[in-house]
Parts: sequence; C-alpha cells; structure tokens
Amino acid sequence: MTDKSDGEVTHALEENDAVTHGGQVSHLYNRDVQAWVRKAANRGIYDIRGMGAKRKVPHFDDLVFLTASASRYPLEGYREKCETRTVLGGRNAKKPLELDTPVTIAGMSFGSLSANVKEALGRGASAVGTSTTTGDGGMTDEERRSSKMLVYQCLPSRYGFNPDDLRRADAVEVVIGQGAKPGGGGMLLGQKISERVASMRTLPAGIDQRSASRHPDWTGPDDLTIKLEELREITDWELPIYVKIGATRVENDVKLAVKAGADVVVVDGMQGGTAATQDVYIEHAGIPTLAAVVQANAALEELDVKGEVQLVVSGGIRTGADVAKAIALGADAVSIGQAVLLALGCNDHVWYKDGKTPISAVEDYEKLGTKPGVCHHMQTGRCPVGITTQDPELEKRVDPEWGAKRVRNYLQVLNMEVATLARACGKSDVHHLEREDLVALTIESAAMAKVPLAGTDWIPGVTGF
Amino acid sequence: MCGIVGLLIKDPDKRELLGRLGTEMLEGMATRGRDSAGLAAYTDEVEEEDARKFSLYAPEGNLDWRAFADGMQDHLDREVTFEAKGNHAVIVPHGSAEVAWRWVVEEHPEVSPLSVGRSIEVYKDIGHPADIAKRYGFGDLAGSHVVAHTRMATESAVTWAHAHPFTVGEDFCLIHNGSLSNPNNLRRMLQRRGMHFDTDNDTEAAARFLEWRLREGDDLEAAIEAGFEELDGFYTFLIGTKDELALVRDPFACKPAVVAETDDYVAISSEFRSLAYLPGVNDADVFEPGPEEIFVWNKKSVAAKR
Amino acid sequence: MEQEVRSRKALEWDLSESPVRQLNNYLHHEMAQDDVEEVRILNPDGAHHIAVGMDAPVRVEVMGNAGYYIGGMNKQAEITVHGSAGWSVAENIMSGVVRIDGYVSECAGASGHGGLVVVEKDASSRCGISMKGNDIVVGGDVGHFSAFMAQKGHLVVCGDAGDGLGDSLYEAVIYVRGEVKSLGADAQEEPMTGEDHATLAGLLERAGFDHRPEDFKRVASARKLYHWNSEHDQEY
Repeated sequence: MTDKSDGEVTHALEENDAVTHGGQVSHLYNRDVQAWVRKAANRGIYDIRGMGAKRKVPHFDDLVFLTASASRYPLEGYREKCETRTVLGGRNAKKPLELDTPVTIAGMSFGSLSANVKEALGRGASAVGTSTTTGDGGMTDEERRSSKMLVYQCLPSRYGFNPDDLRRADAVEVVIGQGAKPGGGGMLLGQKISERVASMRTLPAGIDQRSASRHPDWTGPDDLTIKLEELREITDWELPIYVKIGATRVENDVKLAVKAGADVVVVDGMQGGTAATQDVYIEHAGIPTLAAVVQANAALEELDVKGEVQLVVSGGIRTGADVAKAIALGADAVSIGQAVLLALGCNDHVWYKDGKTPISAVEDYEKLGTKPGVCHHMQTGRCPVGITTQDPELEKRVDPEWGAKRVRNYLQVLNMEVATLARACGKSDVHHLEREDLVALTIESAAMAKVPLAGTDWIPGVTGF
Repeated sequence: MCGIVGLLIKDPDKRELLGRLGTEMLEGMATRGRDSAGLAAYTDEVEEEDARKFSLYAPEGNLDWRAFADGMQDHLDREVTFEAKGNHAVIVPHGSAEVAWRWVVEEHPEVSPLSVGRSIEVYKDIGHPADIAKRYGFGDLAGSHVVAHTRMATESAVTWAHAHPFTVGEDFCLIHNGSLSNPNNLRRMLQRRGMHFDTDNDTEAAARFLEWRLREGDDLEAAIEAGFEELDGFYTFLIGTKDELALVRDPFACKPAVVAETDDYVAISSEFRSLAYLPGVNDADVFEPGPEEIFVWNKKSVAAKR
Repeated sequence: MEQEVRSRKALEWDLSESPVRQLNNYLHHEMAQDDVEEVRILNPDGAHHIAVGMDAPVRVEVMGNAGYYIGGMNKQAEITVHGSAGWSVAENIMSGVVRIDGYVSECAGASGHGGLVVVEKDASSRCGISMKGNDIVVGGDVGHFSAFMAQKGHLVVCGDAGDGLGDSLYEAVIYVRGEVKSLGADAQEEPMTGEDHATLAGLLERAGFDHRPEDFKRVASARKLYHWNSEHDQEY
C-alpha cells in the first residue's frame, strides 16, 4: 500500500487536516487503503501490478561517504585513473565475464519488454562493455545479436529454455527467486498471454497466466548442486553460473548457493521490479536491498570465498551513489532493471517519434487509469511509451537506435559517478571501496548496513546495544 | 540438506556385513553433503536389566577414556566396559545406568552424550564422510540395522551437534532430508509440554515431536501419522528404534528416497547410486515410497519370515 | 580420451577409468571427427549427467544403472540405459529418444520440448512435469503429480497413476491404462477419439509396448483455469 501524502500523517488534528482533507485523516485507514478495500470488495480478485516495492524503506540514500580529508588523499578526476573493470565468474568457468563497468542489466523477459527495447538494451550495454540478461520466456535472436555479453536465465517456468541458447550464452543464471516476489508463483489473474508470447512459451494464447514457484527438476540445495553440475556438463564448464535469490533469508541462501557451486550469487532486494505479480508479494515479501547486501557479504566472508565467488546486488539501484555504496558494502557488481527502463522513457509524459520528436503520451496513460510518473501498469501490455508491450504499434514508440543511445548515456553516467566517488575516497579502483568509507544518517540504516551513525562510533547491535 | 542411508540385514547370521555395506552406501552419499556425517548402528544388545549403552563424544579430543570409565566404575561400584575410537567411546555400565547417566551429564561437561539405549551406538563428526567412516571404523560394525547421514548445512550452523542422526529417548534416532517450515512453533509447543531441546535444528523439533507422541502411547506408525498434521515442510524421515527401521515421506514427497529390498536386506538411500553396489541389487525390489506412505521393517519379523 | 574402438562405428567408454566430464566433452566436441555410430558406456555406476547436452544422431548404450539428469537436454541422440536411472532423466529433451530399461526416479522427462522418453518399468512422482512438447511412455506406474502443469505433448501410462494426475494441465494429453488414484486440479477424463487411438498406437509402437489403445483412458485439461475470472471492473 502506498501512502500518497508527502510526509507522515499524524494522529493529531492539525489545521491542515481540517482545511485540506475536511477532517482528521487516519494513518492506517487512509484513502489508499479505503480505495483498495472497496476495489477488493468489488472485484473479488487481488491486485496485480508491475515495478517493485514503492514504500519507503531504509536504502542506500541513508548512507553517505567519508571522502577525502586531511588524512585521506583524493585522486584527480580525468587524470588519475580509477579502474571500473569487473570480472564475474572466475571460480569454475573457463570463460568468466569481463565487464568494463560494475553495472549490468538485470533479467527482464522478452514478453514483458518489446523486441525494440531488448535490442536497445543490448546495444546500449554493449557500448559500455557490460552484460544484459534474458528473462522469463527465453532468448531472442535480437537480444543475442545486439548484446555482446548475454546472461541466460534458467527459471522455474523454463519457458523457451533450450540447450542451443544455453550454449550460445555467455553465462547462465539459475533463478531461485526475485526480490519482487521471493517464493511467489500462483495465478496472474487476468494476465492474458499474447500470441507471440504464447508461441514462444508453448502456451495457448489469450489464457490467464500461471506461474511456477519451484523448478521442475530439482528441490533444495542438495539437488541444486547436481543441477548446476548438469549445466556445467552441457556447457563443458565454460560458462559462469549465477544463482539468483530474492532477498529473504539472505545469509543462509547465499551460503547454500556457494556450497551448491555458484560462481556468482545475485541477491535481489524487495525494491526489485517485476513486470507483473500480486501486489501483496511486492510490498510484503523480501527485505530491503541495503540489508540484503550486508548479509550476503557476511555470508561470503564467513565461508571465506570473497574474491572467489562474486556478489551481484539488485533491487532499487538507481544512481552512481547507489552503485558505489553497494560496492563499498561488499558487492562486486550491481544489476539494474527499473531504472534503465526509466532511461528509455518509462513514466515519461512523452515518447520520441523516430527518436527525435516528442509526442505526448498523457492520454494513453489516462486510458490505463493512471498518469505519467505513477504508472505501474506494465501488466496490461499497453505501455504508453512502447516499452512493456507486444503491440506492434506501441512497440514503434521506442526507436532502437535512440534507445541504445539513451541506455548507453545512462550507464555511462552511473559509471562516471561511481568513479567520481571512488576517486574522492582515494581509490584507484572502484572495487577498493570498503564499508569503512560509509556512515549512516539514521539509526535504522546504521543497524542494517552495520556502519556507524554519522558523527558517532555507534553501530546499533554491534558496538553496544 | 543432505543424503540419507539406511540398511537392515534380515539374516541374523549375516550381521557382520552391516558395517561394510553401510559404509559403502554412506560414501556414495558424500556428493549430497560433505560438511559432516553421522551414523547410528544397532549392534549387540545389552541384556542386563539395569545396564545401558552410552555413546559419548569428547569434542575437545584427547580424553583418557580408560580413566573416564574407571571413574564411572568407582562412582557406581559396578563394572563398566568401554570401547574407544578417537574422541568417541561406547561405554556400558553394567548396572545403575540411571545413576551413570546423571553422573555423565551433571559432572562431566567435557563429554557430550550422543545416545543411550540397549542396542544403539552413534558416531558423528565434522568432515568428509569417507574420513569419518575411517576414523571410527564404520566398516567393522556388526549389527542388525544402521541409519546414517551426510550433511550440507542449511538453517543452522555446521557443528557436530547439528549432525544427524538426532537421538531422543532410548534407542531412538531420526535422520531427516529436507527442511521443515514450522519448526519454531513446534519447538515452543513441545517445550510447553516439558520437552528439553539441545539445538534450534528443525530435525530435533521433528525428533522430539515423535518422542512426545511415543511417550503419549502412540506406536511408531501412529506417531508418524500424527506428524502429517503437525509438521509442515518437505521431509523424508529415516527412523531407527531398537528393533525397527522406518521410512516416510511428506505429503509433497519432494525429497528423494529409494528403497531396494531383497530377501537378505532392506537398503534405503537418497539416490540409487548409493545402492548400486549392493549384492543382488539388480534383482531387488526397487521402489520409492509415495507421499505419506509409512514403511516399518522390524528386524524380528523380517527375520522370522525367511 | 578415447577407449578401445571396437570398429570404426562403435566405441566403448569405461567410466571407471575416464569420468563423465571427459565423456561429455568427447561427445560434444571430438566424436564428430571419429564417425562413430554407437557409444557403449561401461560401469556407469549411478553416475550423474551421462550423455547430457548431446546433439548428434548417435546411439548411446549405458550398460548399467545411472544417476540424475541422464540425457538431459538431448538432441537427436538415441540413449538407452540398461538399468535404472535417477531424477530428471531426459529433462528438457529437444529431440531424439531416451529409453530406460528399468525404473526411473522423479521428474522424468521434465520440461521437454520434443523427442521421446520411454521407461519400461515404473516412473516415480512428477513424471512429465511441465512438458512442453515431448512424449513420454511409461510401461509401469507413474507417481503423484505426474504431468503437473504439462503444456504440450503426451504422457502414456501403461500402469497406474498416482495422486494429482495432470494437476494444472494445459494442452498436454495423458493416456492411462490402469487406475488413476486421483485427478489433479482442472484435469478430467474424456472419451477417446479415433485420433487419440491413432496417436496412442503410434506411441506404443515406438515404445515397443504391446497394449491396445482401446484399454486406455484419456485425461486432458478441463480448461477452467484458463479464464479464472471475468474482466476487470465488470459491471453487473
């Protein structure tokens, strides 16, 4: 549930309440909740939407860097090099992924995204030297062609999964769960399967989608070990294997993934997005990415595999600051989903014809019952800016060349921001950022991130109560 | 998460095979778990009324078991025999077992009791299953049945205490492949009924649950049936009592179990590969229990059938 | 690393000497040059991943019991296990045939897209889970939740089926000769058509089982889960 008011609504009767709302507003039973209950009573089915958790939770914004001071010397920007090169998957694979930046593109399905968008992502990512990831529904030729480094997801549904795509991938990601809906599956009521998607997924068109929550051919980490071996045997031990989890029991899960043989562990916090799932999962299942990265790192340290097994973190990574802080807390790389769609125009009030002329999309948002800036209706497939759609007309609203440039620009800015912060902390390599470079602005984030509250030595739960 | 192994030798004259075959089966399970291993064997039965067998473990190592046994003997004024293997020992006070038990538990914190009963012997340790088997001479054990387990740690730490088999009461042990989803409520319910817990492990919760049901008068099968209602999650249970070996899978039956039965033995494992070398396995009746199908083999009745 | 080559067309591989990883590497990369028609694998000993990811029209004979994922993601090859196999045999099979003389453990033929899986004795639970176009013929029984969420293809059960058969079924069709312990959600028994008889006869023949199609029942999706609910905000 999202509270539309900007600040905290208090219980006390304030002048604002009487004037603006006509009476005292209830915090628990606010307008959003009231509307939700009425909607449930009307329809008898649960809400399904896209994106990730919208409510405010402790995040990287609550941390700040202790940059150069009298005792710590910064690097000159532009002249003194700050390395952003990142290698993923060296543990077992003959061919680890060598990225030019620690920012990668997360798994998003063709089926939720259009072919043009997949191409734009691939080309943009390739331009900055990083990887993209397939999603639920398999690999398309467009994506393989446009993306220099492509991670192939192996999901519970196994839609479209096949050995030929596996062999032409650069890495494989076994998805146990994702941050938006860890443990989730079930009926995506009213989510109709379009024709093209239906044929890719071997399903009848136009029916409601069912979502598998477990893999068909293994259950539990002891069996996962054997499954990972199978994938290695099929790919002759060349490809790095990632294991992706939605952030819940992060410390245990990361340890199990490592013991099962993962080369890279991907941890997706509750802010991670999805194309469509039950709202109740998005907001009420999984822990914040900030808490997750710390637990994941602790697990790797405890097993003494830092440097051997890499950690990729996702879920609400938006800015270079987010990336830098995730790295400082132990991530080797991050993965971006929602933010890169924003770069392509998601929630913008215009789309760009031929990549040049802005055309208003406001009316189309209104047709979906929403407005630019608050739209999360990707599950309709009628994206006003042509991103999350299979409709041939709407698809055209993203010009792949324009899109590729936008993605490249955005990723480049992130990379520059990370390097900027790292240099200011005196690092010649962004991977030298460490948790001691950070302090927290709130007690909660200090406790979750296990860094001191700014201006104090206090880490709640660690240094005294 | 882990590998399970169970073996019951039907012919009383072939019991010297138990250790050798059981060890081969255990080593076949190492790929499913290499953090720790444990084994419970049902060997010679102690006959005297007031005598029992204790399996003890000295985690610190270097315990002088002879001195320990002598100390117990002095305390009880009864004969105490023992067999030591490294930091494990099987000690038999030939009388006053109750007193002996209290003496161990209250006055010797350096020693951890692994089991008590008339027949059971338990060994558990951290490390690779093959090394553990060698260390404690599993290959030489002789007896009617054995349950063993290799482990990859899940929701609790890798310590020897968390290695299966879990023992409760006398001659009762449980091995568990899978993960319960409501172990905490279960533990609290049982604690309210006076049961004491040593760990936070979900397997101990299941073992204590069965112990409680048995105490309440259920036989093994009824106790397991009660479990279908109370225990939630995924599990394959392998249970040993003085005379029985039992196997059951939860209602979803996601965690594996394969049985090979011949006239000479019943062998149980998580994967067939563990059974592949057993004598006569190619002609064995090989099957997998269905969900909620309880199998109980009694060493006395299977022997009688021959 | 090659073993004894019996003739130019057949090759023996002893797994007790050269492990599965080398075998698979050979099958994927080197076998093509050797112009081999048949590979005999000795001492499989319950090993996992034997002949996974194959993509060649070659016969593979596994002489003994095998472990998990045998013939996983198979293309074109005809793999026969002269013994039993563990979990997920022929998972994600794309084409070709995987045949097991003995019994198989869970998830046999899971999520396959094409090809044929034949099990002569019993299959355990979740046989044919998530099938996407392969066919599976089982000479004995299948366990519970078989053909769970099966999307396309055929599952033929010559014996009995356990609980929850065809739960959440899409367009895959199940033919059962024996008893069905219980049907899964949205699965129903339907009358056999002439087309069913013909399809079934073909599958039984390919499997080498001597049964009459008339003795089988058809189980398919009732399709009620296809449209769970009415339109959003429906007026009434």
